[in-house]
Amino acid sequence: MIKVASVNLPIDEELVIKKERIVPLNPTGNEKRISIVTGTHGDELEGQYICYELNRRIKNNPECLKGIVDIYPALNPLGIDSITRGIPAFDLDMNRIFPGSENGIMADYLAHKIVEDIKGSALCVDIHASNIFLMEIPQIRINELTKDELVPLAKMMNVNFIWVHSAATVLESTLAYSLNDIGTPTLVVEMGVGMRITKSYGNQLVDGILNTMKELGMWTGEVNKVCESIVSYDEDFEVNFINASSAGVFIPATKHWGKLKKGDYVGDIVDPLTGEILDKITSPCDGILFTLREYPICDEGSLIARILERDDEI
Amino acid sequence: MKKTILYEMKNLYRDDMRVTGYQFGEGEKSVCVVGSTRGNEIQQLFTCGLLVKTLKKIEKAGLINDGKSIMVIPSINTSSMNIEKRFWPTDNTDINRMFPGYALGETTQRIAGGVFEKINDYKYGIQFASFFMSGRFLPHVRMMMTENTSIEDAKKFGLQYIVKRNPRPFDTTTLNYNWQVWGTKAFSVYTHETANLDENSAMIGVYAVLNFLSQTGIINYSMHRGYNSSVINADEMYDIQTPIAGIFQPLCEVGDSVSKGQVISKIIDPYEGKTLAEIKAPEYGNVFFMNNKQLVYTNQILFKLTDDYTIIRKAENSEQ
Repeated sequence: MIKVASVNLPIDEELVIKKERIVPLNPTGNEKRISIVTGTHGDELEGQYICYELNRRIKNNPECLKGIVDIYPALNPLGIDSITRGIPAFDLDMNRIFPGSENGIMADYLAHKIVEDIKGSALCVDIHASNIFLMEIPQIRINELTKDELVPLAKMMNVNFIWVHSAATVLESTLAYSLNDIGTPTLVVEMGVGMRITKSYGNQLVDGILNTMKELGMWTGEVNKVCESIVSYDEDFEVNFINASSAGVFIPATKHWGKLKKGDYVGDIVDPLTGEILDKITSPCDGILFTLREYPICDEGSLIARILERDDEI
Repeated sequence: MKKTILYEMKNLYRDDMRVTGYQFGEGEKSVCVVGSTRGNEIQQLFTCGLLVKTLKKIEKAGLINDGKSIMVIPSINTSSMNIEKRFWPTDNTDINRMFPGYALGETTQRIAGGVFEKINDYKYGIQFASFFMSGRFLPHVRMMMTENTSIEDAKKFGLQYIVKRNPRPFDTTTLNYNWQVWGTKAFSVYTHETANLDENSAMIGVYAVLNFLSQTGIINYSMHRGYNSSVINADEMYDIQTPIAGIFQPLCEVGDSVSKGQVISKIIDPYEGKTLAEIKAPEYGNVFFMNNKQLVYTNQILFKLTDDYTIIRKAENSEQ
C-alpha cells in the first residue's frame, strides 16, 4: 500500500488516501502506467468490485504484466465509510474541486495530491456508479473537447455505449477534466447503480481494462473478446430524456438496455394512496434504453430513463 | 401588498411546495429580493420576513413611488427548510446551482426554471445568500464582476463593505450569475448568520435594502445613508488557515480590528487540552469572516481579514 495523501483529522484519526501499485516481475524502468481510480462519490461502489477483481486477475498472472498498475479504490474514504456522496463535514462534491491546491482547505489539498499522483499515467480510468436513483449500462462519457484522443481508447474498454457530450463549464472542476487538461488521458466510466455492486458489469469492465492494457502493450495475458461500443455524439440529438411528469412511485415495465419502439410501454408512476396511475410512460422514440430509474420514489422532474435514439438494428 | 404563488410543485405525500412572492407597488419590475434557496438559510428567510413587514408599512404610508414594484420571495425551498436539510430532500441537489433552470428537466432544475421565469426581467435583483463555508460575516454586498455589474449601484446599499470577485466555473449556475446574464443588476447581501438568527444583522440587511430602494428612487423614504462602502477584492483578503486540526478557540469576534502579530485564536488538543497552535494575525485588518465550527481541519480557513490597513503596513515597512 502506498499513501497518496494523508491528513490528520481533529480527533486521533489519520485520513489516508491509499493506492496499490502492481509492477511487472522484471521491470525495465520504461513501463507505461495505468491508473484505476474510484470512490470519489462515497455512495458509488461498483468500482470496489472492479478494483478487487483487477487486482486478483493481475496478481494471478504476474508474468503477463508489462506495465505499472496503480489502483486507487477510495478517493473519498470518509464518504465511503459513512455512505455519504460528498465529503462529510464539508458538504462538498469532491468531483467539483479538482485540480485542488497544495495550500487549500483539506479537500483542495487532497484533490491536489491525487492529481499530482496520477499525472503522467498513460491512461487513467475514473470509475463512477451513477447514483442511488439510476441504473446505467456500462458507458464512457467524453467531453467533446477531448473526443479525438479519447474515443479510440474508450472503444477498447468493452463498454456498451460511448457518450460524447458537449462541454459544460461546471464540469471543469472534475478529476477527469483536470487530468485531461494536463495531458493525462482520462476516461470516465459510468455503470450500474449507487450503493450496490453489479458483478456482471464489473467483470465486463475488468475485461475491458485488460484489453486496453493489452492494446497499450501493458498486458500479454489472454483477454476476453470485447463488445463493439455504440458511440453517440450530442450534435446528433440522439439521447432522449424521460422525466417524471408528477410525483409518485415508479413501477418499471421494461428492461434495462432493451430495444424500444416509439410508444412502447416504459412504466407507470402510481399513487399508492389512491391506486391511480398518475403517468403511463411510453418511449418518445425508437431506440435503446441505457438509463433506467432504480429508486422508486419520484418527485416531479425525477429522471426516469434515457433512451438512445436508433432506428437500425442493434 | 399582493401575495401570489409564483411556483408550485406537487408532492406525493407531503404538502405541495409553494414559492410565495410578496409584491409591493405597481408598475415596472424594479427590484426582486430572494431569501433562502437552501434549507438552512434561516437568517435569510427571517431577514425577508422583516423586510416584508417593513415594506407593508412603507406601502401603507404611500411611500412606494408610482410605477415601481418590488417583489420579495422569502424562500424558494420550503421543502428542505421544513426538514432541516440544506439541499433538496431527495437528490441533495442545490437549487442555487440549477439556474437558469429547465422546465422539462430534473426537479430542482424545474423549480429554478419556474421561479426564474417569473423574476428574470427585474431591473435589480438582490439575494440574501450564504457562503459555502460555515461562519459569520460582517454584513456586506458581494458581487460577481460581469459586464452587467456596477460598483456605484452596490454602494447604494450603504453597507460597510462591497466584496467583488470574478465568477468561477461553478458560479455560472447560480441565481446571481444568471440574473446578470439576463440583464438584471444582481447583488448578494450577506448578514452575520445563516443557520442561526441574528436579529441585529438581519435589521442591517433590511436597512441596506431600504437604502438601496431609496437611493434608486423606488421608494420615497429618506433615511441614514449608511457607510461610504469600501470596495475589496475577495482575492485580496487575508485567509487565515489553521496549520493543524483540533478544537477551535477564537479570541476575537467578527468586526474586531486586529493588529499584526495579535493572537486571534488557539487550536486546542481535544484529548489533553493543551494549545497545539496559536494563530496570529499576519497583518492589521478587520475580522471580516470567522469560521463557526468547533472542530477544525488542517488548512481550514478560520478567518478572513480585510486589507483596510494598508497605509499602516506601508508606514511600518518604510520604517524598517
